[in-house]
Amino acid sequence: MPELGSNIIGIEEDRVTNTHSNDFPAYSQSLGSAWDLEEFKKKFQLNVSFITERTANFDLIGLDTSIANAFRRIMISEVPSVAIEYVYIFNNTSVIQDEVLSHRLGLIPLKVDPDMLLWVDKTADENEKFNDENTIVLSLNVVCTRNPNAVKGDNRPENLYRNSNIYARDLKFEPQGKQLTTFKDFPVVPCDPDVLLAKLRPGQEISLKAHCILGIGSDHAKFSPVATASYRLMPQIDILHPITGQDALEFQNCFPSGVVGINEKGEAYVKDSRKDTVSREVLRHEKFKGKVRLGRVRDHFIYNVESTGAMLPEEVFFKSVRVLRNKAEYIRSCPIGNLD
Amino acid sequence: MTTEDPILRNGNEAFDELLEPIYRGKSLTDPINTAKDKWNLLPAFLKVKGLVKQHLDSYNFFVDVDLKKIVNANQLVLSDVDPSFYLKYLDIRVGYKSNGDRKTPEVLLPPHECRLRDLTYSAPIYVDVEYTRGKKIIIHRDLEIGRMPIMLRSNKCILNGRNEKEMAYLNECPLDPGGYFIVNGTEKVILVQEQLSKNRIIVETDPKKDIVQASVTSSTHERKSKTYVIAKNGKIYLKHNSISEEVPIVIVLKAAGIVSDMEILQLVCGDDSVYQDLFAINFEEASKLGIFTQREALEYIGRKVKTIRRMNSPKLTILQEGTEAIATTIVAHLTVDNLDFREKALYITTMARRVVMTMHNPKLVDDRDYAGNKRLELAGQLLSLLFEDLFKKFNNDFKANLDKILKKPSRASEFDALLHINIHSNNVTSGLNRAISTGNWSLKRFKMERAGVTHVLSRLSYIAALGMMTRISSQFEKSRKVSGPRSLQPSQFGMLCPADTPEGEACGLVKNLALMTHITTDNEEAPIRKLCYLLGAEDISVADSAMIHTGGTFGVYLNGTMIAITRYPIEFVRKFRYLRRCGKVSAFVSIHTNVHQSAVHIAADGGRICRPLIIVENGKSKVTVQHLRMLKADKWGFYDFLKHGLVEYLDVNEENDSLIALYEKDIIPMTTHIEIEPFTILGAVAGLIPYPHHNQSPRNTYQCAMGKQAIGAIGYNQFRRIDTLLYLLCYPEQPMVKTKTIELVKYDKLPAGHNATVAVMSYSGYDIEDALILNKASIDRGFGRCQTLRKNTAVLKRYPNHTKDIVTGMRVDKEGKPIFQHAALGEDGLAEVGTRIQSGQVFLNKCVPANAMGSVMGGPQSQDGQQQQYREAPMVYRGPEPSYVDQVMMTVGDNDQALIKVLLRQTRRPELGDKFSSRHGQKGVCGMIVNQEDMPFSDQGISPDIIMNPHGFPSRMTVGKMMELVSGKAGVLRGTLEYGTCFGGSDLEEMSKVLVEKGFNYGGKDMLYSGTTGEALQAYIFFGPIFYQKLKHMVMDKMHARARGPRAVLTRQPTEGRSRDGGLRLGEMERDCVIAYGASQLLLERLMLSSDAFDVDICQGCGLMGYNGWCPMCKSSEKIVKMTIPYAAKLLFQELISMNIAPRLKLSDVF
Repeated sequence: MPELGSNIIGIEEDRVTNTHSNDFPAYSQSLGSAWDLEEFKKKFQLNVSFITERTANFDLIGLDTSIANAFRRIMISEVPSVAIEYVYIFNNTSVIQDEVLSHRLGLIPLKVDPDMLLWVDKTADENEKFNDENTIVLSLNVVCTRNPNAVKGDNRPENLYRNSNIYARDLKFEPQGKQLTTFKDFPVVPCDPDVLLAKLRPGQEISLKAHCILGIGSDHAKFSPVATASYRLMPQIDILHPITGQDALEFQNCFPSGVVGINEKGEAYVKDSRKDTVSREVLRHEKFKGKVRLGRVRDHFIYNVESTGAMLPEEVFFKSVRVLRNKAEYIRSCPIGNLD
Repeated sequence: MTTEDPILRNGNEAFDELLEPIYRGKSLTDPINTAKDKWNLLPAFLKVKGLVKQHLDSYNFFVDVDLKKIVNANQLVLSDVDPSFYLKYLDIRVGYKSNGDRKTPEVLLPPHECRLRDLTYSAPIYVDVEYTRGKKIIIHRDLEIGRMPIMLRSNKCILNGRNEKEMAYLNECPLDPGGYFIVNGTEKVILVQEQLSKNRIIVETDPKKDIVQASVTSSTHERKSKTYVIAKNGKIYLKHNSISEEVPIVIVLKAAGIVSDMEILQLVCGDDSVYQDLFAINFEEASKLGIFTQREALEYIGRKVKTIRRMNSPKLTILQEGTEAIATTIVAHLTVDNLDFREKALYITTMARRVVMTMHNPKLVDDRDYAGNKRLELAGQLLSLLFEDLFKKFNNDFKANLDKILKKPSRASEFDALLHINIHSNNVTSGLNRAISTGNWSLKRFKMERAGVTHVLSRLSYIAALGMMTRISSQFEKSRKVSGPRSLQPSQFGMLCPADTPEGEACGLVKNLALMTHITTDNEEAPIRKLCYLLGAEDISVADSAMIHTGGTFGVYLNGTMIAITRYPIEFVRKFRYLRRCGKVSAFVSIHTNVHQSAVHIAADGGRICRPLIIVENGKSKVTVQHLRMLKADKWGFYDFLKHGLVEYLDVNEENDSLIALYEKDIIPMTTHIEIEPFTILGAVAGLIPYPHHNQSPRNTYQCAMGKQAIGAIGYNQFRRIDTLLYLLCYPEQPMVKTKTIELVKYDKLPAGHNATVAVMSYSGYDIEDALILNKASIDRGFGRCQTLRKNTAVLKRYPNHTKDIVTGMRVDKEGKPIFQHAALGEDGLAEVGTRIQSGQVFLNKCVPANAMGSVMGGPQSQDGQQQQYREAPMVYRGPEPSYVDQVMMTVGDNDQALIKVLLRQTRRPELGDKFSSRHGQKGVCGMIVNQEDMPFSDQGISPDIIMNPHGFPSRMTVGKMMELVSGKAGVLRGTLEYGTCFGGSDLEEMSKVLVEKGFNYGGKDMLYSGTTGEALQAYIFFGPIFYQKLKHMVMDKMHARARGPRAVLTRQPTEGRSRDGGLRLGEMERDCVIAYGASQLLLERLMLSSDAFDVDICQGCGLMGYNGWCPMCKSSEKIVKMTIPYAAKLLFQELISMNIAPRLKLSDVF
């Protein structure tokens, strides 16, 4: 049993212990009661492991689970992004049905800065609902034909026909009104041009216009700006008794490579617990019983944010912070039970 | 896609994959392990035979062989009037003319066109006839006498031997098994019928009545009858339906020519004194009746015969009656030539002997449920019965017609019979069509009336269709509560699937074939009989009676009839088998020894179930590495293995004569055969279950029922089909954990389900009682998304008065826009493809002529110049959700009337209450849909698609599901598809190792974080992919509520059922609750006010009902009281009055 106030989650063979967070006032008498901003500032750390165009991996240390989880939840479901919502089909003679095609179109991540659009006013009149400030129009006009220059003997459809495969890159941006200028430098394109939409055969065609609007992930997963955003807790491995020799090698094999090292004395030591996947393999072995204790640091969150491509991953995170702050502002300004 | 375009590969390309040099990571050069790789025989077997081989074989046999036999048996048509006239059928063919090409059969239209146009997929039946015209004999070839419905993929079908590209050209799915018929546009299957074997002796006992009886059902083309040899109180009699009372056996034998008591004793009892003592009493009976000679015996029997004489047939003497009874009615399947009863007498003695033996030792009784005593009747046999009936009727009609004309004394021209043959040709066609489309098999000559022989092929899913083709229905009555025929017989091993049977009343009566089962067709008897004599067996007709049943002599029985005896049965059987393995005898002829009966049984009849096994000789499997290498290199097929005597077919009886090893390691010196692959004991449907050998057995049975309800892909031509109701999954996935059966039946090409990531945990309380929690984001991304396509048909009729239905365009409002009801219509009055159609809108604006019933005479003339009046009869869409028009088809059907089919489509995402199931009989409805951020998530950020409550596991014991999860998870992690094949599959230990290697927990349990609080969950959660099926039961089709609505006319109570917008019934039990609770006002409201409250005037004087405040009985309005009673009660009173019962109401105040 971990001592009171410990921020280590116990990873045991058959259960997880000490999972609840405890940094709230009056958790215990021995600990300080009130949350203190200065102390938080002192304790709080942000370490960035890496940031690429699509993925960000960073650590938030020293904050409460509820806040950390709020960021995760907001990134998934409340940070707005742009996706195709209305599809106007003029002609579709392909095998794929209109609804299915529309569904596929909706799921394509688009490279649009959501800040460049306004929200669609749902109460507005049908004819005035969509304008150049809140809607982006894409069009798809493709006809499949036989390839007159087909190479003999090559019977792949790509060779025999033109436009046999329709990809996301075939969607054409049609700037409306002042979008000609505002979107001049940022043409709307799919983040991943190679998303297959439909397959056609000679004589089939698709002709449609699609309206893209702003939305949030909790409305439909297509509006979520992240493929997923989540965190895991920092693993911790405590070797209680020295493990040496053959056992050390076996011990090392119980973890992913790079987690456990063996020093010159032949003794196993924890090299990098961050790399551990916490498979708990070590706990299955009778010989390591009592020699090792696994745990996870409850206030050390290793975030992994995978953007769909519309925004940079760090931007998604910043936006989640902003959304959370707005929510706090909102509650603060609520007339009922004014918190100030 | 690589250069290997699937369309370009010809032939059985789907199998090529299995037979390819590199398969499952093994190439040709890899070492071949006979123990493991002998399973390759299975795809080779299926390549030759396919999954519905039994149907196709049977149909082919019927069309090619049986049809000719039927025509030969009914070859001549003679005239009663003109003795010089005759017509003789020389030949009969289906699908091609005498000079035609046998390779390309002639059919009416391609099968898919028949489906769409509601036609029958059939081919002409041609006969060659020889007949007399005047003095000349004329031969006429290729006379069409009707059209034969063609079984798809049979050798008369145009799909036979087509490759994938050609199939696509014909709009056919290359994976479709065939084996069914298309009659009037619907696909009909003739189910396999299970029956007790014909022409075989079955010995039964009735211990209560102390009866032992041997019975035989004789079945010939002409008649069916049952003969019994029955022992009552120790005395043996012969019983037959057409003989009014039981005849002592000795009299029968004397009548059949065995006059000597000594010989009778020898033939029945042999030299066994115990049997002789048991039988002796029967001689007394005959001598008491004073019957000693054959003539006396025949006359005795002749007196007992029930005579049903047809009109104007000559009256027979008693002796003739008796002779005819012995010759034709008793044991009718044996034919008697020149009144030589010897063979028949021996058959009856055999029956008597079996009875005597069973009297002595009751253990020798036969088991009716034993699979070897069963015969399966297939489409071919049923059609042949039907065709013979129709053909006879055809000839009779023809003959009657001829006689009518030939009777006329003077004819202007020479009589040509052919001019009269065609008149009736429709009888054969329509007779066949009607029988198949209604399923009523009524045969005059057997007085057989069987309903429900055919079924509509279920196209709910690919597996449903496949499962239907392997189904066997039993003749036993469903309502009878007997366990015998329903229980699993050990003899069914390997022949019938132990898991696939429905629950409930048909449990165990409807069965399914196992994967490698073959059903035999008839083989010629004569050559086998000859062979037996050549092998040294003594002909029974020349054998000494004393010899036949002496110890050590074995009778040789061919199809249940003793034809010879041998002193060396073991040698005889060995030689016979040797010849069969050499291919000198058909592979489907079985031979086995029965030591109890001292008999060698050879069976060559059709309908036996058999399966292939590898032959083992001298403790070694005959299939060796080099053979398998040949197989893999595609140099050898399954037939080669058969031809070279490495593999042979065994039927149930012969299996009992063999020692079959399951695995190579089990071979002992006595072993005769080894299984090709153990998992073939399961059928095609049960074969989908991963690790079924780890499940509790009823769970596998449940899955067999549910797999048929799973929505998925139906066929490659699914978008071209217009079916009454079609369910399709938008994004079907092949399962992560496959089985070899899945690959063989090609379920991986037409799957029905998704690999859902499942977390086995409790969540929210909306998951009790097997409810599932679904992830909203998964649904948004297409999980469980399905389509329903519904057909609407309209026929534009033509009426006798030359008027016809028309389709008119839309009506418009003042602004020129179409009115709401007609918004989906085009200018032609048909809904336009792709438009959305809402409840109340019209998709076909049909108009019916106002005077359709008007006179034929007054019709067109009077209306010249004046507009024909039409009445709108539109087809309106009704449904809770809008649909989209998927296809509109306009064509001409069978009777030259325009046929319009409109296919409406709905795309549905899973919603609360939709039903899902894994492949382990674990079904559940969606209890809640949860946003992704609220779902638990793992270290990788993975949140589950489905959360399943762990309470589903302990009592169901579906360990296979857990193993599926672990194997699936390992497969996902290392990028392979894993196998859960029965009695094999991926090793769990190995799978766990993969998990550890990839940094996961050994047992498949992950640490998860709560989505709502963000904290780690206190328990580790079993987490991984499981293949989930979406079942056809969806809330959208079932939801129903009503406030006010239609009422039934008679009772004025709300109508019943969702389709009639009916009321929600407060049933008896609910009523009881309300009564018990004492909520009288609620009771009153629910049972009367909300239902059929009716105000009546009651006269308190006479107690009867009046009207308008007036009592017609009392002629006064003085004592009239108004009150409310249920209309049903009022109706009852009036009905009673109409029966002269006066129900009088005495009213008083309660309070």
